[in-house]
Amino acid sequence: MVYPGDLVYSREHEWVRTDGTRATIGITSFAADELGDIVFVEMPEVGTRLTQFATFGVVESVKAVSDLYAPISGEVVEINEALRDTPELLNSDPFGEGWIARVEMSDRAEVDALLSADAYAEATT
Amino acid sequence: MTYSPHTDADHAAMLEAIGIGSIEDLFADIPPAVRASAWEVPPPLVEQDVRAELSRLAGRNRIPEVSFLGAGVYRHLVPAVVSEVIGRPEFATSYTPYQPEVSQGTLQSIYEFQSLITELTGMDVATASHYDGATATAEAALMACRLTRRNRVAVSAGVSPDTRRVLATYCSGPGIEVVKVPIDIGEGGTGTTDPGAAADALGDDVACLVAAQPNFYGQLEPMRELADAAHAAGAQLVAVVEPTSLAVLEPPGGYGADIVAAEGQPLGIPASFGGPYVGLMAARMASVRQMPGRLVGATRDTEGRRGYVLTLQAREQHIRREKAASNICTNQALMALAAAAYLCAVGPTGLREVAERSVAQARSLAGALESAGLAERRFDGPYFAEVTMRVPDAARRHASLAERGIVAGYLPERDEPQLAGTILLAATELTTDDEIERLVAGLKATA
Repeated sequence: MVYPGDLVYSREHEWVRTDGTRATIGITSFAADELGDIVFVEMPEVGTRLTQFATFGVVESVKAVSDLYAPISGEVVEINEALRDTPELLNSDPFGEGWIARVEMSDRAEVDALLSADAYAEATT
Repeated sequence: MTYSPHTDADHAAMLEAIGIGSIEDLFADIPPAVRASAWEVPPPLVEQDVRAELSRLAGRNRIPEVSFLGAGVYRHLVPAVVSEVIGRPEFATSYTPYQPEVSQGTLQSIYEFQSLITELTGMDVATASHYDGATATAEAALMACRLTRRNRVAVSAGVSPDTRRVLATYCSGPGIEVVKVPIDIGEGGTGTTDPGAAADALGDDVACLVAAQPNFYGQLEPMRELADAAHAAGAQLVAVVEPTSLAVLEPPGGYGADIVAAEGQPLGIPASFGGPYVGLMAARMASVRQMPGRLVGATRDTEGRRGYVLTLQAREQHIRREKAASNICTNQALMALAAAAYLCAVGPTGLREVAERSVAQARSLAGALESAGLAERRFDGPYFAEVTMRVPDAARRHASLAERGIVAGYLPERDEPQLAGTILLAATELTTDDEIERLVAGLKATA
């Protein structure tokens, strides 16, 4: 499996795309495939403060419910409203239209603790 | 399937595998003081002697000839069709299905129950039921805490004392604080929750206001104002209702209730020493994923035929384990079926007649006591089918009437000292004019 090289990844199967101090986060295609058809995403409210590796939401598929773990700390500035009505975006386009939240990072250095695409691919084989 | 019990050799092998000497060692952590002491079982009897002994014990039961006892449980007519339906082996012997979709009949019966409860309450979605009204109310409060992410619960003193105790127990584990909102209980008061007092209790950390309609003392609460007060504070309104009353009162969906909880006993279940009863719960669709318990949904199969499924199971404990919406609930399928059968048997018109007749008899009752100069209403304002009456020397006369086979309602002073000298009397469609006359005569005789 090859994952987008411009992202970094957590062992809990979230990805992060950084742009300055802003980060967009979502779940990986590996996680989406493992979960199967996703039917609901419980997202944090805008303004919620995330702590790296703590839970910040829930993703529910036809066969399981899993917690979402924040890959980085910071304040939620935007959530993907499209997921309310079309949670299946997590299956169809996990690295694009299926993003979950945008976060103003509180500690840019936390990104260094995450995995490269190659390292994540290694971790999921 | 062959049933093969464990042999002594099996026991020995298991004990050796876990490294203990005897089964007794498994209980070593339980202090001796709280263990069951040895049973003192009398010598065996032959069948006819057992029957005679049980008949003798049953003969000690005192069945009241006349009862005005309500206080949360009500004696209504149960049409024979209800026991006929729930006595069918397909229903009576089946447990909640864990391979559910093969049991389409069971699922349909639950779906019909849910549909009837949503219609009755004016809400979007109802669960497949709960143990009883008290646990349904407690679950509703916990649900409101999850929805609002707040950790305090405000409960009106007009909610049944039993229900409030169960609520306190449910809230003690997760550390949720329960705040009591007073009712206007003074002489000449309304006996209802003051919306201003409710607003004062509702800080920005309170998840919900729990209020009962009618309340424990029979009085009708200003539910719309209470809903407004709750919503102004960002809290939910949990309406605890009496189901037959919904045939004549505004349904909770109409006055802004967010979650509805109810004791379903009045719907086709006999009053029987505390149960089994059935808890009802209904809510808005937007909150469905935080509802506890089972939900049955209707769908279509690949050939377009209507079918029923357990839906949104990811909220539930067998999937979500410790993060389930509730790990302390189950549905009461057979009692829920009784409620569904009852509602179908009486229909909307019949239920309205039940409620109207109950209301009318409560007024006959209160009027008869007042015109005989025996009692007067303790509270002002509208009431449903139960009424709190001021009666001189209430506790003694209550006991004295019980000796005469008359249960003169409930003594509110058991829970609320300020209501010493009152009795809470319930009427239903089964309450006869003759029974009211017997109560009047009994009170006169015990003056």
